[in-house]
Amino acid sequence: MPSKPRTIIEKVWDNHIVAEREGAPSLLFIDLHLVHEVTSPQAFSGLRARGMKVRRPDLTFATVDHSTPTTPRSLPIVDPVAATQVAQLEKNAQEFGIPYFGFQNRMQGIVHVIGPENGLTQPGMTVVCGDSHTATHGAFGALAFGIGTSEVEMVLASQCLLQRKSKTYEVRVTGSLKNGVTAKDIILALCARIGIGGGTGCVFEYTGSAIRALSMEERMTVCNMSIEAGARAGLVAPDDATFQYLAGRKYAPQGAAWDEAVARWKQLPTDEGATYDHSITIDADTLEPMITFGTNPGMGMSISGAVPDPASIGDATERDSLRKALQYMALEPGKPLAGQKIDVVFIGSCTNSRMSDLRAAASVLKGRKVNSAVRVMVVPGSQEIKRQAEAEGLDQVFRDSGAEWREAGCSMCIAMNGDQLTPGQYSVSTSNRNFEGRQGKGGRTFLASPLTAAASAVTGVVTDVRTML
Amino acid sequence: MKIQSTVTSFLVDNIDTDQIIPARFLKTISKDGLGDQLFYDWRYNADGSQKPEFVLNTEKAKKSQVLVSGDNFGCGSSREHAPWALTQYGFQAIISTSFADIFKQNSLKNRLLPVVFPKDAHLALLNALSANPDLQVTIDVEAQTLTWPGGPSVSFPIDAFAKHCLLAGVDEIGYVLQQEAAIAAYEAQRFSTLNTLA
Ligand code: SF4
Repeated sequence: MPSKPRTIIEKVWDNHIVAEREGAPSLLFIDLHLVHEVTSPQAFSGLRARGMKVRRPDLTFATVDHSTPTTPRSLPIVDPVAATQVAQLEKNAQEFGIPYFGFQNRMQGIVHVIGPENGLTQPGMTVVCGDSHTATHGAFGALAFGIGTSEVEMVLASQCLLQRKSKTYEVRVTGSLKNGVTAKDIILALCARIGIGGGTGCVFEYTGSAIRALSMEERMTVCNMSIEAGARAGLVAPDDATFQYLAGRKYAPQGAAWDEAVARWKQLPTDEGATYDHSITIDADTLEPMITFGTNPGMGMSISGAVPDPASIGDATERDSLRKALQYMALEPGKPLAGQKIDVVFIGSCTNSRMSDLRAAASVLKGRKVNSAVRVMVVPGSQEIKRQAEAEGLDQVFRDSGAEWREAGCSMCIAMNGDQLTPGQYSVSTSNRNFEGRQGKGGRTFLASPLTAAASAVTGVVTDVRTML
Repeated sequence: MKIQSTVTSFLVDNIDTDQIIPARFLKTISKDGLGDQLFYDWRYNADGSQKPEFVLNTEKAKKSQVLVSGDNFGCGSSREHAPWALTQYGFQAIISTSFADIFKQNSLKNRLLPVVFPKDAHLALLNALSANPDLQVTIDVEAQTLTWPGGPSVSFPIDAFAKHCLLAGVDEIGYVLQQEAAIAAYEAQRFSTLNTLA
């Protein structure tokens, strides 16, 4: 008898069950555990207190990204607290025998950038990291989600995680994207549609023609922000684009092992007739470039839209939240955002710091100058991307335009490494969070695509890139 | 396990973990000393002095172990520093209409109880609190109920295993390590595609 049709989410889940006990969450095996400096020190301390080793150092990889500066690598880390944290990870990696891509290592970069780049992230895997943007790895058809530090310790100790099954949520994106509209706009549109709690308790599967048409890097952008719509994970079933991207990468299987792996990966896509607990359809044809106006990623709109008026909202708490957000952002309701003066443009983060993002930004900046009132920071996601971009001459395009070209790291996405907004400043950022103070205390963030960010860098105001294409 | 306390009311929806503990405080390598940094940017002036009007700076809040907040509490980053800061401040339970997934998991692992209330009960509690700000609530973890004088007994869900761990003080990592045989058996048959010879 044929088994019940399953989604890819259920297949990956089923493949990783180590044990199931009555009344307890499932025990899941973890194929890949990524570690960074911020959420791991207390976990390693816990392990040490238990007198334990890391069970599978061969499935664990560490890098530094969050608190590491993006100034030239010849300079030391000036913040002593950050320096201690970075040194602690190096010490932990050494002591526990974990591969470590440190500050000076050629493979260093944002944890969610270097995993895919090196072929560590593969279809059908379970991937965890003490970081909510672990969902990025879902672009490969992996079940990838963020965990807390206690869970990091559990995975280090056992290579397993106690986990309850999430609900399944199909996000179908039909049609095709228009010129000037990008993967970032798809995910910002989803956040605006369902809100930042819309996917709570769920894993997204992104399907539909507009998703299939995306490159792997673009799929990573979409999956990356699944958490911004409340979902712990989001994935795209693997296809030829996935296999092509992976082939020949450092940790990807080779030779006969590659063929066997691909044959298995081809079994992963959702079966015909499988059902989801929730679903939503977004029509890519109708999407415009998106921008956020508020203090969470769900407070977004088309760039041609107007900032909503709290007075028009029925629910009292929602009305207050919007009012509070607009107060923080110092924006007037009912007015368009296009034309709003900005101080900083940040192009980077695990959402949009890959080659295609840098190429998109460079395509706008080439032959143009950034507005003299705007500081523009371009921060590649990894040292490898930095080298590639330099080989292509993108760094020169950025420098010629007046933008800063920096070293790899999280940079102004999280403002704990020296890169930050000052109070009251406005930025257009390609990162994923516009929470109060996320990019520096008192800073105000508009989230958008690299195209929109680059266009706004040139004009000095929030700009619809389609006017410049 | 019972929690009896006054309630601190902080009615904002979608409180993200960047507000609960701003990223610049995550450079620490220890779990301690985070209570004073809880809600730092909402709680202190630029010169580091406390904003007296901010709810967590009131004497009442400092004595209370229960926080009631708006929807989708704890969204955003996975930082476990958020429940560490909340418990170090003195909270043992948070009441909301919903919690973000990772925050909920992190809380339970740190003996911070996420109490999910239906909307009407949430409203009833808020009304009771505005009538009597010194209202005492009793949370009975065994019975999974929250009560207050003159109010209903509100039932709330807790994952059965998490409840067992809370009540029996189970070390979850120890529990997982007891399943060594199953883990080893899984590993023995596992198909790996990671080329670690690279
Ligand atoms: S770039 Fe930003 S979102 Fe991504 S891992 Fe770094 S801090 Fe987190």
